[in-house]
Amino acid sequence: MKKPPDSRYDGPGSTGRRRFLATGTAAMAWVAASLAGAPPGFAELMIRRHFKELSPEQLDRILRQMEQEYSTRFDTPVSVTATPPMEGVLFGYGLDLSRCVGCRRCVYACVHENNQSRSPQVHWIRVLKMHKERGIELAESDPYYDPPTVPEEDSFYMPVACQQCRRPPCTRVCPVKATWQDPDGIVVIDYDRCIGCRCCMSACPYGARHFNWSHPTISAAEVNTEMHFLGNRIRPKGVVEKCTFCIQRVRKGRYPACVEICPVGARKFGNLLDEESEMRYLMREKRVFVLKEDLNTQPKFYYFYAT
Amino acid sequence: MVRKTFQFIVGSARLATGGGWAYHTWMTLLTLLVISGATAYWHQLRDGLIVTNMRDQVSWAFYIGNFTFLVGVAAAAVLLVIPAYVYNWKPIREIAIFGELLAVSAIVMCLLFVTVDIGRPDRVWALMPLIGSLNLPSSLLGWDVMVLNGYLVLNVVIVAHFLYSGYHRQPYKTGFVVPLMLFSIPAAVSIHTVTAFVYAGMAARPFWNASILAPRFLASAFCSGPAILLILFQILSRTTKIKIKDEAIWKIAELMAYAMFINLFLFGAEIFKEYYSSTHHLIHTQYLYSGVHGHRALVPFAWASIVCSVVAFVLFLVPATRRNMLTLNLGCLLIYTGVYIEKGMALVIPGMTPDTLGEFYEYVPTMIELRVGAGIFAVGFMVFTILCKIAVPIIQETHDAPAGSTKERAAVPVT
Repeated sequence: MKKPPDSRYDGPGSTGRRRFLATGTAAMAWVAASLAGAPPGFAELMIRRHFKELSPEQLDRILRQMEQEYSTRFDTPVSVTATPPMEGVLFGYGLDLSRCVGCRRCVYACVHENNQSRSPQVHWIRVLKMHKERGIELAESDPYYDPPTVPEEDSFYMPVACQQCRRPPCTRVCPVKATWQDPDGIVVIDYDRCIGCRCCMSACPYGARHFNWSHPTISAAEVNTEMHFLGNRIRPKGVVEKCTFCIQRVRKGRYPACVEICPVGARKFGNLLDEESEMRYLMREKRVFVLKEDLNTQPKFYYFYAT
Repeated sequence: MVRKTFQFIVGSARLATGGGWAYHTWMTLLTLLVISGATAYWHQLRDGLIVTNMRDQVSWAFYIGNFTFLVGVAAAAVLLVIPAYVYNWKPIREIAIFGELLAVSAIVMCLLFVTVDIGRPDRVWALMPLIGSLNLPSSLLGWDVMVLNGYLVLNVVIVAHFLYSGYHRQPYKTGFVVPLMLFSIPAAVSIHTVTAFVYAGMAARPFWNASILAPRFLASAFCSGPAILLILFQILSRTTKIKIKDEAIWKIAELMAYAMFINLFLFGAEIFKEYYSSTHHLIHTQYLYSGVHGHRALVPFAWASIVCSVVAFVLFLVPATRRNMLTLNLGCLLIYTGVYIEKGMALVIPGMTPDTLGEFYEYVPTMIELRVGAGIFAVGFMVFTILCKIAVPIIQETHDAPAGSTKERAAVPVT
């Protein structure tokens, strides 16, 4: 039997009462976990401090434990990191509506990169088909278009994923602080904290948040073994997930998978704080707009027409 | 003290388990429903919420709709408490305690409906203040958890003290109970307001994002809660020695008519604004009342709700039909049905249909959802029945007691 994990609170604001409560909860969690035959680590997760308050050692222990669990499960070495945001970086995204041909390669590249469930299918990107004659009109859009070839003559396509709002309505409504915006502008979710109440899904104006209605399934052959704690690691049943700009890639200086795969170069990505970045260039040289600007969510996901 | 508490618990258990064949049949029926609900919920726990028909497009539905309706029922206890204590109106005051009993049962159901809706019930501890990581002040669901549990504790304390002193034939402590009962008035308003704010605060959902939502919640709650009580009072009058004065029942019915008028007026104001301005946001209202692109699942229910509410309003407004027991009970049933639809499915589903990107996913509950829902209602009815079963003999004795002798005036409020 595992001993109840260390529950000392060594950060600022530590008080005796808090320590007492934490110890009590740890003990209860441990008893509950033993009774329920829960997997090892359950009790630790249950009393785990908020991700942002974890000491480097605690975080490291959790990551190693996860790597072990996933490596066993998929029978292949898995790495789980928690690469922090870089200083002086605010990520922004650009999508050229005049180039997008609606091929949905981004949708599936995203699924593969980010270990989404294959059955039931979870897609972080939804591509909407719009009538050329009507312009952008969500009410008339079709996400299930399935013609023999794209693009269709009378249509254009608008991919929508998390808009990475500067003022995200989703993080505000979360009752348990399981989702927040990191300093580099990425809105992330801690899957070990999410209670699955789906308030954030009601609050999101872009349909960007997705729920694991069932056990997510993914085969060992298809799993992406480069995982980030707040991004593409394997999700449990009953929690919410969303696009993180491929946090496991972009925090190491790579492009998101959807940007790399796009066959027509409709997708742009860069640091909004860097004058020389591709994003700033296109904001200077083209005219950009955001979706549902009236809601004042201030997305960092910009649409534009390059031609 | 310990002995007296023990006696009270044993005595209450005896009261709750004894009873005629009708009582036992009723409780057996409820038990069967609870078992059916529990097995359905076990499937849901095992396979996930995929066994419901909720999906990313409609991510809140039957469970949250029932929750919202029942918050209204719980809040309605105030309708009895306000006239009883603020206006010192005696016929209602003697029966106000049943409002509190109903509030306790309704809150229990509310909390169960929220619990079955969440994806990770094993993590509900995270919602506990101090121990968990409650996201206050910004999360309205966080506030809702606080006020609902507070309201439950408040009503349990009132009810427990009332029954405990009644059981031991002591007058209850006015200085203790009356302030709590008075406090339950703003508390009841707060549970319903905060629940309305959970919806109204979401700018992404124009159907909910209306300042009129909280006032409408309150107005409809003032109808649905008492409707249940009026029927209960008649059952009690028939089957027990408690005689609830007709004038008390008529008074409550009259108050309900006014509340329904306000509800219908606010409804009209919303309908005018939606249809006259006729923006893209109208589509949710259209989906509810006329259907869009052949999606018409809610249309019959929406119209049934309007018809029920209007007919009930007329029945309760006209003194002759208000005082006729047949039309009065018909009115109660109509109000209950009307508000159940309006504050349940007709509030939650159109808010999410079409979804934020314009997609129509037409939701209808699955058998599992219906079974879990029925099971939770059975738990609520069970709690309410048992509480009444304990409370009735205690109140009955106070009715039998000769007026004036404080010692035996057990549960009668002391002025």
